[in-house]
Amino acid sequence: MDWYVFTFLTQDGLTTGAIYALIALALVLVFAVTRVILVGQGDFVTLSALTLATLQAGKTPATVWLLLGGASLVCVKMLAAAAREGRLAQAPRILLMQMTLPCVLALVCWLVEPATLPGALKVLLSIVIIAPLGPVLYRLVYQPVAQASVLQLLIISVAIHIAVIGISLWIFGAEGFRTLPFTSGNLDLGEVSISLQSVLVIGIALALIVALYLFFGHTLYGKALRATAFNQRGAQLVGVPTDLAGSHAFLLAAIIGAVSGILIGPITTLYYDSGFLITLKGFVAAIIGGMASYPLAAAGAFLVGLLESFASFWVSAYKEVIVFTLVLPVLLWLSLTTHHVEEEQH
Amino acid sequence: MSGDKLLEVQGLYACYGKVDALLDISLRMRRGEIVSVIGPNGAGKTTLLSALIGLVSSEGDVRYAGQALTRYHNVAERVSRGISLVPESRELFAPMTVEDNLLLGAFSRHRQGHRDQHSTLAEVYALFPRLKERRTQAAGTLSGGERQMLAMGRALMARPTLLMLDEPSLGLAPKIIGEIFQIIRDLRSTGVSVLLVEQNARAALKSSDYGYVLENGEVALEGPAAELADNPSVIDTYLGRKKKNTAPVEELTAIG
Ligand SMILES: Nc1ncnc2c1ncn2[C@@H]1O[C@H](COP(=O)(O)OP(=O)(O)OP(=O)(O)O)[C@@H](O)[C@H]1O
Ligand SMILES: [Mg+2]
Repeated sequence: MDWYVFTFLTQDGLTTGAIYALIALALVLVFAVTRVILVGQGDFVTLSALTLATLQAGKTPATVWLLLGGASLVCVKMLAAAAREGRLAQAPRILLMQMTLPCVLALVCWLVEPATLPGALKVLLSIVIIAPLGPVLYRLVYQPVAQASVLQLLIISVAIHIAVIGISLWIFGAEGFRTLPFTSGNLDLGEVSISLQSVLVIGIALALIVALYLFFGHTLYGKALRATAFNQRGAQLVGVPTDLAGSHAFLLAAIIGAVSGILIGPITTLYYDSGFLITLKGFVAAIIGGMASYPLAAAGAFLVGLLESFASFWVSAYKEVIVFTLVLPVLLWLSLTTHHVEEEQH
Repeated sequence: MSGDKLLEVQGLYACYGKVDALLDISLRMRRGEIVSVIGPNGAGKTTLLSALIGLVSSEGDVRYAGQALTRYHNVAERVSRGISLVPESRELFAPMTVEDNLLLGAFSRHRQGHRDQHSTLAEVYALFPRLKERRTQAAGTLSGGERQMLAMGRALMARPTLLMLDEPSLGLAPKIIGEIFQIIRDLRSTGVSVLLVEQNARAALKSSDYGYVLENGEVALEGPAAELADNPSVIDTYLGRKKKNTAPVEELTAIG
């Protein structure tokens, strides 16, 4: 291996590592707040990348109808609950809160010719369409079973993931998509040539990580989300509604997923079902952090990215095997060093 | 305004599966009062407070500040209406610092647009100087007494109208119990009404205006605290045979 290949692989590894770091953070966040292992995290990534690819092809992405449908179901559910509890006076508020954004997005997609939108707006539109799917998913699927065990929630997650893949295949078809690169320039530093695309991806991912750090460490709302993860009853008693914490954790996860999709879209060809492998690699990183530590999970993600990149050069047929084998020593280490915590009985 | 009704409970009923925990409880509280609820283990005291805050579902007529409590559907809504509970199990955020725990106590007010959490924090620190010394320490590493102070401080950060305390003296040294009860009495002068559940019946009745004795999920006795403390059956069961009011609170021991 020469110097050129080495720097190329390192760049490649750090770039995908940055994206896995985002996925890992989202997985840890959702798990900490709701105990859900969100197998569908990677699906937010593919949905947003494919939505952007569709917009770039000058077509209207069907994900906007998915959002409209999902939000309508949430509305029906909330209205039914309101009717049962005799507070139908809240109906207009519920409709306004739940339907405004989906309706506006649907109108935009319906009225505006996608080809006429500037590139940055297409990116923004893709993120704004995918992000609300997080809370929709939480309210429709997870909130009603919030008390279920971790295993039951995992099984539900797998089911949801399979359903989403089906919908994704129906919407986008079986072909692969790649979105347009943000930039094609290179940064030449003597011997090393760094692609600006990589710098941009790593930069945006790091900025998002720092933003999340500031949110969780320095805002009352972020602290409240963390507090819910530590002690749900305590959080309730200071006035954090449990379902709100859950749906906001899902909102953050979906935003992270959507941004990751925009970042990874120009680097990798994505198919309707590519989300699963992305989740799995983020999951390996999250496991390295014990599903609890954000910095360790992020570090693990860069390790996964680098390992994958170098493995694909030396033994490309085994690259996935090598990455997933990484879980074994980590699990062994975790099982030897941490005391086992029984899951609370519900 | 002292004198008007803050809480009126009529025919409150709660159960865990098939086990009845509260049967036809009636209870009244005026603004600015300290009302204590005493009773043996398993009488339903914790259940009563949990039902009032909304942690446990219940049936019956509960009016709070003149409005039916059923209008407020979950714990968060009731907290936002000025009800705070310090639960028996404290429920602190163990890995977070003392100060973060306290600031989170103001979450509900913050959500309603109030931005006074830092001045409230100063007041709470003035009440519990020990918490100020420990502000950067993780809540999980505090001593039992400090945890109790933190739980009370966190509840006070919400600036409650009705503060419900579940066994604030649980597991504390007599000296600290005295301090805690002094703080409870001081709170009254700031307009906070306190609903106090206690095993330490003597200290509780000494600090309260009115008292209820709960047994097997029912109100067995009620009356002005001083009268209850004189009641022979209360003395017999909850205060022991020791003559009442001969010692200051600090020297009294908990009645098991
Ligand atoms: N989650 C629960 N599931 C089933 N039964 C419960 C539950 N919580 C309480 N109980 C039962 O309800 C009854 C009342 O319990 P509660 O905790 O209200 O008593 P308490 O008066 O607070 O007692 P203590 O003085 O020991 O704290 C008890 O018989 C208890 O076993
Ligand atoms: Mg109790």
